[in-house]
Amino acid sequence: MTQPSREAIQTLVTQCLQEILNQRGTELSAPLTADTPMFGTGGLLDSIGIVTMIVDVEQTIAAEFNATVSLADDRAMSQRNSPYRSISALTDYILGQLSEGA
Amino acid sequence: MNPTQSVMLITGTRKGIGKFLVEYYTQRGYLVEGCSRETPDWTCQGYHHHCTDVADEAGVQAMMNDIRKRQGRLDILINNAGIASMNHCLLTPIATAERIFRTNFIGSFLLLRESAKLMKKNRYGRIVNMGTVATPMKLEGESMYAASKAAVVNMTQVLAHELAPFGVTCNVVGPTPIETDLIRGVPKQKIQAILDRLAVKRLGHFEDVTNVIDFFIRPESDYITGQVVYLGGV
Ligand SMILES: NC(=O)c1ccc[n+]([C@@H]2O[C@H](COP(=O)([O-])OP(=O)(O)OC[C@H]3O[C@@H](n4cnc5c(N)ncnc54)[C@H](OP(=O)(O)O)[C@@H]3O)[C@@H](O)[C@H]2O)c1
Repeated sequence: MTQPSREAIQTLVTQCLQEILNQRGTELSAPLTADTPMFGTGGLLDSIGIVTMIVDVEQTIAAEFNATVSLADDRAMSQRNSPYRSISALTDYILGQLSEGA
Repeated sequence: MNPTQSVMLITGTRKGIGKFLVEYYTQRGYLVEGCSRETPDWTCQGYHHHCTDVADEAGVQAMMNDIRKRQGRLDILINNAGIASMNHCLLTPIATAERIFRTNFIGSFLLLRESAKLMKKNRYGRIVNMGTVATPMKLEGESMYAASKAAVVNMTQVLAHELAPFGVTCNVVGPTPIETDLIRGVPKQKIQAILDRLAVKRLGHFEDVTNVIDFFIRPESDYITGQVVYLGGV
């Protein structure tokens, strides 16, 4: 498998987040960027939201890139530098996992 | 929801209760997927078999991927695969204890976790786990078996809360002794002693189990979750 590009993963993460926000009718005060707080202090998602997000991203990666990533992590939920804090942080976390598995 | 389109996954289908469940639900128009470690010596229209050990994470994930690709959805999970072992605790090897917990508890958890991920997509799901009257009856000689199923009950009740936001219910049916290979090795007097303690003093039938499962999986049962129904009036 060739490693998907950072852009491809970031787009996928953004689309998943956008979809969840649409479903939940969350109003954005500013357009979504790679650094918009996603989870944690001031984040857009609550704990059920982040669970949905992680599972959606895992499944979309499995479907589109035929790759298995496991983004659930006991520490990630509470870590200060949580990989769930923003789109860009989650993108990095996924890329790290993909290259480990490659 | 039209039951003719519902996709159901049943574990432990090669024989016993699981095999009956396959026959019963395919006859009622469900698309049934199922698994056991060995290949069954039968086939059934509307049924697709996977040779998967429920305690093997990679195997379970591969099976779920296959179901997602072919069916695109999952509506119902029946966590039926289970093993038992009768032994005094002083004579129970650690390997037996681990095998029972891996199949009955870890296996149910894995199937539940991966199924709920698929069910979440449609915000609809029905999960039924298998318990046993050995748990509330505190049957001697069944410490590992009863405890593994007690763990399943408690997990079910917690997960009822965690999965409710996704429209997924999670319940337990706890059968009395039913004539399958599972209890074949148990002496007749032991079985009779169990039946004597029931309100309705007879062996359980497969239909007693499907009667409860039918209730849990009805679309109308969306307000029934975290419940345990024991048969026989324990
Ligand atoms: N019969 C009873 O009296 C009774 C009473 C209360 C509760 N229950 C519960 O009902 C369920 C079914 O029992 P049963 O009486 O039908 O037992 P059974 O006749 O012994 O059948 C067990 C089934 O589970 C499968 N299985 C076992 N370990 C597995 C694993 N690791 N992965 C996948 N499949 C596995 C077996 O197939 P393979 O060997 O091919 O894997 C078989 O198809 C169990 O959970 C049991 O605890 C039964």
